[in-house]
Amino acid sequence: MAKIIRKSDSFYPIYEHKSGAKDVTHYCPGCGHGVLHKLIAEALDDFQIRDRTILMSPVGCSVFAYYYFRVGNIQCSHGRAPAVATGIKRVFPESIVISYQGDGDLAAIGGNNIIQAANRGENITVFFVNNAIYGMTGGQMAPTTLVGQKTTTSPRGRSVANEGYPVAVSEMLATLKAPVYIERVALTDAKNTNKVRHAVRKALQIQIENKGFSLVEVLSACPSGWKMTPVQAKQWITDYMCKQFPLGVFRDTSAEIEPSPAVKNEFISHDLFKKLDIPDKPFRAVKSETPPVNYQNPRLKIAGFGGQGILLLGLGIAQAGMQMGYQVSWIPSYGPEMRGGTANCHVNLSNKRIGSPVVSQPSTLIAMNLPSLEKFECEVIPGGLIIYDSSLINRPPARKDVEVLGIPATKIADDLGNTRIANMVILGAYIARTSIIPRQVVVDTLPVFIKRKNLVPLNVKAVDKGIEYVSQ
Amino acid sequence: MVEKGGLEKAKVIIREDECKGCGLCIEACPVDVLFEQNVLNRMGYHPAGYKGEGCTGCGICFYQCPEPGAITVFKKGYVEEEVT
Ligand SMILES: Cc1ncc(C[n+]2csc(CCOP(=O)(O)OP(=O)(O)O)c2C)c(N)n1
Ligand code: SF4
Ligand code: SF4
Ligand code: SF4
Ligand SMILES: [Mg+2]
Repeated sequence: MAKIIRKSDSFYPIYEHKSGAKDVTHYCPGCGHGVLHKLIAEALDDFQIRDRTILMSPVGCSVFAYYYFRVGNIQCSHGRAPAVATGIKRVFPESIVISYQGDGDLAAIGGNNIIQAANRGENITVFFVNNAIYGMTGGQMAPTTLVGQKTTTSPRGRSVANEGYPVAVSEMLATLKAPVYIERVALTDAKNTNKVRHAVRKALQIQIENKGFSLVEVLSACPSGWKMTPVQAKQWITDYMCKQFPLGVFRDTSAEIEPSPAVKNEFISHDLFKKLDIPDKPFRAVKSETPPVNYQNPRLKIAGFGGQGILLLGLGIAQAGMQMGYQVSWIPSYGPEMRGGTANCHVNLSNKRIGSPVVSQPSTLIAMNLPSLEKFECEVIPGGLIIYDSSLINRPPARKDVEVLGIPATKIADDLGNTRIANMVILGAYIARTSIIPRQVVVDTLPVFIKRKNLVPLNVKAVDKGIEYVSQ
Repeated sequence: MVEKGGLEKAKVIIREDECKGCGLCIEACPVDVLFEQNVLNRMGYHPAGYKGEGCTGCGICFYQCPEPGAITVFKKGYVEEEVT
């Protein structure tokens, strides 16, 4: 062991936080967070993993952990650290990913996040600071608040009848199959603190050896929230917290698992195309035809009944646009009921970067039923284009300052033997009127977004009918 | 300040300006060589201090203290080191 025990290199020499002295943390006197920080930092030093560690700080008093730890840092939204950690770990399997969370963060708002990450057995290390309270927001009751404990939101003490029992996170997660190591420890006297130190190191070692998910629940003092002196607070952990949250190892299969090297998932783009059934050749980055100015960089709103293939039509336009080398966006908006309700989607094709995918002032409106036309007609910009299904909409648009194209798409589709392909008739009409996308590109792209491949020829026919109708 | 190495005696150094006066180190020291000072530091806390004699270098106070840099413990026979 080192001859000098001192501040770890895994802490920054000075902390660039906004308020207060730059050589002390923002934690209250006697706060357990500081001690746990030291134990983690020391392990990062000793295992020489600082350079590849990425720490998720939560929302809670430890929100500013990134000011202290000299590692990669991400500050996650409340309770979502395990999800962010999952993403990071999967993209950088050789990194050491730590999810540092409080009890409000992990057990209340993020309860499901931690359960799912544990259940998937993500190869991450979770340090769970259980101080039985929401420290940061001023001492409200947490899921882990003890029975009888007074907080600002349980002023008469937590009652089982009213607030239920404290959530025992370690026990609960230990019912899952995947976790490798789960232990509850307490930052109290020297002996117990040493156990915390060992648990921290063990949990990190498990990740270093790629063995899987580990979580260390640390019973930790919050003297401010508990309204006690730091010394009293430590005693309270021993006298009360440890009674309701017994210390111990709830899962440890680490000895049964062989260490393995990190496996990097390499991103091979042509492989991805193959898997997604997209033609394995570079997108045509050149626009083969320049559409008339008023049709360029279209912002489309496409609306109709659920079941008319509204979203698919939008997807088709976006997909083909992407093939052309446009920047594209597509966002769906479902009605409350899927079938029979209304559906609409917003599509952008642009030569420039798209700021917002939301289309509130469409340059083109495609309306496939009357309610959609009535609702969105007024939004179209002057000089814009309205395409509507004249077989279902019995009154043409009232606007006089826009270009209007009515096409009996459903009738045409019906004649082809399938009313559901009216959307493709409209697609044909749209590209024929605007020359924004050549027919061939649409035909090439159809197999990408039409799931049932045997229907592709029929869809091509429908597109051609739409083109034909407009060209007449 | 340059500490001469190879010293026979263990010792503890407390950076008074980084101490929040929580008293946990004082409470935990098994040989009772830490005490609460009368002075106030820049943050308005009574910092812990070393009585100057008797530290065994066990490190317990370091692991009780929440502040990363407040306490440094030198074990018996520590090597020459620059401490700032
Ligand atoms: C989405 C969202 N909901 C609520 C809050 C308010 N909020 C901030 S911290 C916190 C709980 C903190 O408690 P805990 O996770 O136990 O951390 P501690 O401060 O005790 O370490 C809450 C509810 C927030 N910031 N964001
Ligand atoms: S409120 Fe509690 S948890 Fe937050 S810094 Fe203060 S003592 Fe620590
Ligand atoms: S190192 Fe041990 S003996 Fe020395 S002051 Fe700290 S707790 Fe006391
Ligand atoms: S534990 Fe640290 S902060 Fe608390 S009194 Fe001792 S030196 Fe100061
Ligand atoms: Mg808390």
